[in-house]
Amino acid sequence: MFNFTLILPELFVLCMVCVVMLVDLFVEQRQQVLTYALTQLTLVGAAILTLCIYCIPTTANFSGLTVHDHLGSVLKLAIYITSFFVFLYSRNYFRQQNMGKGEPYLLGLCSILGMMVLVSAHNFLTLYLGLELMSLPIYALTALQRDKEQALEAAIKYFILGALASALLLYGLSMIYGASGSLDITQVANVIGANSTQHPLIFVFGLVFVVAGLAFKIGLVPFHMWLPDVYTGAPNAATLFLAVAPKVAVIGMTIRLLVECLPGLQVQWQELLIVISVLSMILGNFVAIVQTNIKRMLAYSTIAHGGYILLGFIAGTAAGYSAALFYTLAYAIMSLGAFGIITLLSKQGFDVETIEDLQGLNDRNPWLAFMMMLLLFSMAGLPPTIGFFAKLSLIEALVSTHFVWLACIAMLVAVIGVYYYLRVIKVMYFDKPLDNKPFSLAWDAKMAITINGLAILYFGIFPGALITLCQQLFWSGTMLN
Amino acid sequence: MTLLQFIFYVFSALMLLSAVGTIISRNPVHGALFLVVCFVASAGIWLMLQAEFLGLVLVLVYVGAVMTLFLFVVMMLNLDKLPSRAGFKKYWPFGILILLLLVGLMIYVVAPSHLSLASNAIAIPHPADYSNVQALGAVIYTQYVYAFEIAAVILLVAIIAAISLAFHAFHQDTKRQNISKQVQTTAAERLRLVKNMGKE
Repeated sequence: MFNFTLILPELFVLCMVCVVMLVDLFVEQRQQVLTYALTQLTLVGAAILTLCIYCIPTTANFSGLTVHDHLGSVLKLAIYITSFFVFLYSRNYFRQQNMGKGEPYLLGLCSILGMMVLVSAHNFLTLYLGLELMSLPIYALTALQRDKEQALEAAIKYFILGALASALLLYGLSMIYGASGSLDITQVANVIGANSTQHPLIFVFGLVFVVAGLAFKIGLVPFHMWLPDVYTGAPNAATLFLAVAPKVAVIGMTIRLLVECLPGLQVQWQELLIVISVLSMILGNFVAIVQTNIKRMLAYSTIAHGGYILLGFIAGTAAGYSAALFYTLAYAIMSLGAFGIITLLSKQGFDVETIEDLQGLNDRNPWLAFMMMLLLFSMAGLPPTIGFFAKLSLIEALVSTHFVWLACIAMLVAVIGVYYYLRVIKVMYFDKPLDNKPFSLAWDAKMAITINGLAILYFGIFPGALITLCQQLFWSGTMLN
Repeated sequence: MTLLQFIFYVFSALMLLSAVGTIISRNPVHGALFLVVCFVASAGIWLMLQAEFLGLVLVLVYVGAVMTLFLFVVMMLNLDKLPSRAGFKKYWPFGILILLLLVGLMIYVVAPSHLSLASNAIAIPHPADYSNVQALGAVIYTQYVYAFEIAAVILLVAIIAAISLAFHAFHQDTKRQNISKQVQTTAAERLRLVKNMGKE
């Protein structure tokens, strides 16, 4: 019932948060080397602990508040790895842009702890607490550049709309709680499954608010308004942080809520998701075409990618869910690289904002330009990158469940999407640079971006291992119910 | 209508009206006071649900501490009236339409057929020696200890976030005490005698 071994990663991260806080406070250190090293060490340690307990079979822990299963472990590992790269990319940015001493690392670690709680939640209570623990530090991270008006505006918008989204989710969850009499995810699923012939309308009522809250958090049409403004206004390193790991965690929450808790209402949430997904794909891809700000363009492409991820949920089969998870992981690697390069290119007093800032990147640093090209190819879904296989497996899942029209729409808008990704590549390779100075990177950043870019290529050519892993997570028997 | 129902409707109406008042009042002090009323009314509803500890804590912590602090801040900021809402007139018909649609749909869905007293049994009243504090204490550190600890971490994050946002150590023009300089001061520096030139 109270198995502390299974929450070792969470305990470790929590202890390290306190250690990092005290070290940062009391140890005189130039440029926060120690804080940075300890933060990265925390992530490595948590990854090792998670791997150590990976093979323990699925168990509900702490009177059902949390669950230990493979899905949670895989999502946690994805969160650690992407966050490791995020801190690596943004280290210089934090130092140069006056974002405080150790605060960004500390807030980042707290947020990661929230994500870990969120993806292994098995009760509405822990789910909500994890969500809040994840979001609160990100709001502060966005506002950390206090002398930049744009960042403050983004933080306020993010905070208020994030609170609204939490309130919507909470309202829906409390309706489901009222109707089922339980907060436990398995028990709610059993209550709904027991009277499967006729669902009380109240469950559907709660479901609508839950889906609205989820769509808010993922950033899907018509709840997407905050996303471009926040991505544009936030400091580049904060954008990088909030674009990668929280996305993985929120998709994990969506799986917990829709697939594990409310499979009995699949017909109902399928209809809702179809509308949201189609609108997101179309609006995201079309509006991205006219953007001149690269962060804003990538923000709209995020909305479109969110729509694609939902396609896997719409298919409603194990193959569909695993395709959605595969797409999420692929998207995490892609956005990690793209926002990472934007962060790396930013220097003291100069933030990369517009697409023109990337002009002639090939002349200044050919390797970086090549990596960016790979990432953009992958986002567009061109072979031989991971983005191609991610889209392919989604379309496959859709066609096998007879959603051919939906697959056609997805393909069409993907083709339209190719245009704006290629435009950035054209600017990088065929336009003259504004500033002829060659751009050099520190060795660690160079290595990280190389691994990141080559991962896109590697998983694009040999996607088998990752796809099998995602499929195994949704085989019956591995889940708790 | 029983007496209990009457009390419930009074508190509910008070809560809804004060919540609306919080949003639409132009004077921030009035807004904060409306929020106090809202909290008190919801504390009343909790008392009716036999959750007396939660009701009292709501009054003590939120009304007594948080809202008082809030009022202090509002008064110190010296905001007389909020600037007029420029976009409000333009959007209100649309807003009212959406509001009516949403409320109408919600009433249709959770109509009395689903959430009436007839379809939901009234909770059995607890015996006179029932203690809400005991009931909470029995589960909060045992069954719900995981959630309780996470809530504590959220408070820690709130402290870290608030300090990192409010602490202006990196700015050059911040006015701060230099304690070592203060300690080393001499009597001559503390007091300067000035001859009063105005009178003789």
